[in-house]
Amino acid sequence: MKPYLSIEKLTQRFPDGAGGELTVFENASFGVEKGEFVVILGHSGCGKSTIMNILAGLADPTSGAVIMDGQEVKGPSLDRGVVFQNYSLLPWLTTLKNVMFGVKARHPEWTKSQVEEHATKFLAMVGLEGDVIHRKPSQLSGGMRQRVSIARAFANHPKLLLLDEPFGALDALTRGTIQDELLKIWGQMEQTVFMITHDIDEAILLADRILLMTNGPNARVAESVEITIPRPRNRTEIVEHPNYYAIRNHLVQFLGKRSKELAGQPTEAGQTNAPETVRIDLADPAEDPEDKRPALKAVNS
Amino acid sequence: MGTLSLNQRAALLSVLMLVVGLLIWEAAIPAQKAVEELTEYEILTGAGAPKAGVPPPSQVFAKAWEQLSNPFYDAGPNDKGIGIQIGYSIYRVLTGYFLAALIAIPFGFLIGMSQVAYKAFNPFIQVLRPISPLAWMPLALFIIGDSEASAIFVIFICSIWPMLINTAFGVAGVREDWVNVARTHELGPIKTAFTVILPAAAPTILTGMRISIGIAWLVIVAAEMLVGGTGIGYYVWNEWNNLDLTSVVFSILVIGVVGMLLDAMFGVLQRRVTYAE
Ligand SMILES: Nc1ncnc2c1ncn2[C@@H]1O[C@H](COP(=O)(O)OP(=O)(O)OP(=O)(O)O)[C@@H](O)[C@H]1O
Ligand SMILES: [Mg+2]
Repeated sequence: MKPYLSIEKLTQRFPDGAGGELTVFENASFGVEKGEFVVILGHSGCGKSTIMNILAGLADPTSGAVIMDGQEVKGPSLDRGVVFQNYSLLPWLTTLKNVMFGVKARHPEWTKSQVEEHATKFLAMVGLEGDVIHRKPSQLSGGMRQRVSIARAFANHPKLLLLDEPFGALDALTRGTIQDELLKIWGQMEQTVFMITHDIDEAILLADRILLMTNGPNARVAESVEITIPRPRNRTEIVEHPNYYAIRNHLVQFLGKRSKELAGQPTEAGQTNAPETVRIDLADPAEDPEDKRPALKAVNS
Repeated sequence: MGTLSLNQRAALLSVLMLVVGLLIWEAAIPAQKAVEELTEYEILTGAGAPKAGVPPPSQVFAKAWEQLSNPFYDAGPNDKGIGIQIGYSIYRVLTGYFLAALIAIPFGFLIGMSQVAYKAFNPFIQVLRPISPLAWMPLALFIIGDSEASAIFVIFICSIWPMLINTAFGVAGVREDWVNVARTHELGPIKTAFTVILPAAAPTILTGMRISIGIAWLVIVAAEMLVGGTGIGYYVWNEWNNLDLTSVVFSILVIGVVGMLLDAMFGVLQRRVTYAE
């Protein structure tokens, strides 16, 4: 059976500016299950945002398809909410109006007070209450703006929530608080989330599964690492879990070394570049023999 | 002195400069025989006229008092109150201006939305824009026939370009992120235009509108000097023909004040729609 969200042989090429073609990624294929929190990690320029824009329907791939819930993704939709890296709030609207903008689009039949009530509720969920919600985005801090952006996306109950480095511009403290808030809302809503990040610790804290991309051009989604740490997670407690450092080392190894080694191999036509599944679970002795890969050796050595 | 705010100090300085300027002006004008002191013979032979130099400010104030205490009198085609004349001018400016806005803003919107249209129309706009609006006057008079309508046409043609260009520029420059927000919320083209592009481009559009009203007010005076009949431009010219320089100076001041008020109105509107990113 197909996963809820299925990315099938996605290829993206751009003109490289010198008359030739730049293949960002080729035949990328992976799936995301309903209610799953998937994070994609990779070096800058490997094509993460490009994948996300295709998932959002804001850009068309050169070839390949994205199928969600049995339907091919064509163009943007309210079913796929996006939190952009730069927040993308409308600066002429107040915080509340920005969220209401989204709610109104989702529920055109609602009265103004219904829309306002719903928007206020979701702003409160990300910790924005009182006078702040009547301020313009320019009068908010970066962290507050990102919360508004998250509230706007969650308030619409999209089937899939896409987050492009949502905390990239925030300092570590603010980032921590908002990560906690994101986890809290996600826990309440059983939302399917696809998120891009550069931050390994953030990925481990949030994800059910981490997709690892090799460096571009000709990038691949090389591995799919399961995060075998039970929820609810908490940033101070997960570090004590036996799997934490094993997983973290594996990710660091990948990003530091193997993403380079695996990079730049053009794939033969028709090959499906499905990622290998990696499951690191020191607490579970009954390990799949299939998982004895160099990656794992690196972890155990 | 130290307790005064920056604005208060600036205002004080302005008043000081005004007073000093007026005093110098007053002192620089050689004493002149007032009209009442001239003999009837002198008046008839025009002896008073050649000496009718630039009036001192005191005379201008007296004139202003006289005119402003009864601005709407109408004593025939050559003798109307300043209020009536200004009213005609404002009427022409606003009519021509709003007709221009009615065309320039929607059209600029379309041009701004399409790169092809932008590039295709640009050469025409660039050629038509630098033409002095008064150069259109003979053609307008010939084609339209009516001098009143021709004056309005001249205002129309001079105010259309800044609005058109700024609207197109503002619309074309709307951040793609904001358009993407509209797209991910499945807004249709009309809704996107009104809820995202218009507010995003509004400051630029308003800047164009403000430049246009300024130009329109500059041009109306010249246009009315040409077409005659009514209006502040005609009034200035008429008083010059009467060699009534006091009235000329007074009307110059009025033109300045009205222009300032028009600009201030658009300044307020502009501040309303401006947003910080
Ligand atoms: N419209 C475009 N035209 C040409 N090349 C593009 C275009 N968009 C992206 N690229 C190229 O595709 C590659 C991947 O870009 P992308 O923005 O997806 O990277 P990323 O993984 O999101 O990087 P980062 O982590 O820095 O955000 C880059 O090499 C970029 O130069
Ligand atoms: Mg990116």
